[in-house]
Amino acid sequence: MKDTQQKNVKVSIKHLYKIFGEDPQSVLPRVKEGLGKTELLEQTNHVLGLNDINVDIHEGEMTVIMGLSGSGKSTLIRHLNRLIEPTDGEVLVDGENILDWNESKLRKLRRETMSMVFQKFALLPHRTVLENAGMAMATRGQSRKDFESEANKWLDRVGLDGYGNQYPHQLSGGMQQRVGIARALTSNSPIMLMDEAFSALDPLIRTDMQDLLLELQAELHKTVIFITHDLDEALKLADHLVILKDGAVVQQGEPQQILLEPSDPYIEDFVSDINRARVLRARSVMEEGAPSGEVSGEVDVNDNLESVIAKAGGDLDRSFAVTRKGERVGTLDMATIMRALVPREASRDTARA
Amino acid sequence: MATYDGVFNALGLREWCDGGQSDGPMSMDALLAQTGGGSEKTFWDFPFPSLDALNEACGKIPQSRDLTVGLEQGFLAIRDALQVVLDPVTQPLSWLLRNALHVMTDTPWWIVIPILLLVCWAVTRSLKLVGFVAIVIGLLAFIDHYEYAMQTLAIIFVCAFICVLIGVPIGIGMSRSDKAQRVIIPILDMLQTLPPFVYLIPLIFLFSVTEPKLYGIAIILYAIVPVVRLTDLGIRLVDKDVIEAADAFGMTSHQKLFGVQIPLALPNIMAGVNQTIMMSLAMVVIASLVSAPGLGVLVLRGIRNLELGVGLVAGFGIVLLAILLDRVTKASLARIDASQSSR
Repeated sequence: MKDTQQKNVKVSIKHLYKIFGEDPQSVLPRVKEGLGKTELLEQTNHVLGLNDINVDIHEGEMTVIMGLSGSGKSTLIRHLNRLIEPTDGEVLVDGENILDWNESKLRKLRRETMSMVFQKFALLPHRTVLENAGMAMATRGQSRKDFESEANKWLDRVGLDGYGNQYPHQLSGGMQQRVGIARALTSNSPIMLMDEAFSALDPLIRTDMQDLLLELQAELHKTVIFITHDLDEALKLADHLVILKDGAVVQQGEPQQILLEPSDPYIEDFVSDINRARVLRARSVMEEGAPSGEVSGEVDVNDNLESVIAKAGGDLDRSFAVTRKGERVGTLDMATIMRALVPREASRDTARA
Repeated sequence: MATYDGVFNALGLREWCDGGQSDGPMSMDALLAQTGGGSEKTFWDFPFPSLDALNEACGKIPQSRDLTVGLEQGFLAIRDALQVVLDPVTQPLSWLLRNALHVMTDTPWWIVIPILLLVCWAVTRSLKLVGFVAIVIGLLAFIDHYEYAMQTLAIIFVCAFICVLIGVPIGIGMSRSDKAQRVIIPILDMLQTLPPFVYLIPLIFLFSVTEPKLYGIAIILYAIVPVVRLTDLGIRLVDKDVIEAADAFGMTSHQKLFGVQIPLALPNIMAGVNQTIMMSLAMVVIASLVSAPGLGVLVLRGIRNLELGVGLVAGFGIVLLAILLDRVTKASLARIDASQSSR
């Protein structure tokens, strides 16, 4: 299991509110008293964007913020580098509240600490791929000579060697987004914000890009904040999952835990369509403690249930020892696996499927 | 007996009206009424209470023509002050125009024509267009309109250059502030719709007719509108996502303007330049009324002396110049488009 406790909190969002409308400050007290989104719109003609968001983002982890359209996820990520100003609350980066910062300090943050990848790529169409990749460094005032080798290195790393002199419109969508990622990586910033980075790509390419991101992350350990509306994507990428609905956090935690113990009918509904065998891992469903009886094999804590079932060959009376780094830490029998595959309270809605 | 006498009597203003009776010029109606021996006015003739009608009843009310006279006198009163400011400011324009005319017409044709063709090649990279330009200029030269055509071109080059020099910054300013846009757009609308002859009149009062800046200013005022409008529009149309990316990577507004907004707005700005050039060409003909040299002079001669052939040939020459300028600027615009656009 990943030890979130040991890692530093890199970015911390505290009591963040965002209200859109004529005079957000005037209606803020009523929102704090608990006025809901629809009532607020009816009574005051203000739109509640974010409602009391509290999220800690740990260093070196991938935090995924998931929600349907209109849930405020894109608004939230833009508060982290102040592309949008909040109505109330704090955003702490390395312990400092960036909302107090002046323009030049904020610019330094955007240039050196945070980089961003966009849903619609947002590359500069009049610059070559290489110049786009080096955009962050060029913005800091470095000449082409200085950023060329760095930009080329990251273009190679995302699989675009040899494309440096092309223009963005000559590339396919997937390749353009690779440039977008290379651009964020070339800035060498510790924090990466990814706003629905893969949503505009077709499914196969999206899977490729997710694998690429996981691969890069295993190597670089950046603090990544990833926005998506796709639960499969969220479960695949997340170390820490935050689920937003109507501008408020419904549940956050380890994805496995959310899947096994959804705290809200909204989330239950969400997770009911998921291929649980592929997402759940041995560690989340095993019984702790070394196995006592006979076992028919060993599985790793991070193996997913699909692979365990495959190993059992579909035989229902097998049980396995679960190992972490070669040490036996738990038992997993097929009956447990079968139970875990059925969503909790085989819910009233499952019938519709 | 005027129609509105009763009104002033009723209001008790008769005394004020008759006080210091000025025997101002009578209106035509009043004269007719006098000679007609005060023929009975019927309900059918009931006049609108205009200044002239009221003046008949009460001498203290000004006549309508006092308005135009007043405007003229007001303008004459501030003319000297305006001249003190405007003369030095606009002097470089006279200097530029004079020199451009001098260079274009006094340099031998076998130098000027190749240079023009080279410029055309540099901006369009199209042999076909260069050939077309060579034919047009050659044709005009062959019928001895070379000097007139060069004068017209010289004026257009100078005026369009100044339009871009002033217009692009104004457009940029408009694109960055909604308030500026709200103020400037009505002015642009007015410049565009006001008949061009109308602003020739105050310019004649302000500057001596021998100064080239007189027609220079008229042309610039008329032709600057599209480049301002399209610069503003072009910058406002730049993809918001790209602007957001520029912000997210911490660009300063200066970096954003020169690195992102202007390059991406360039196709629109160039379309504005094309329109500006075409409008200067239209105005250069009218400006011949105030001593602008060039093909317009011949058109004017054709009208004045009813020399049909002279007017038609000169008009045809203007059309040829217009096609030439339009094709060359459009071709260079297309080149910019192709080299950068994703659209």
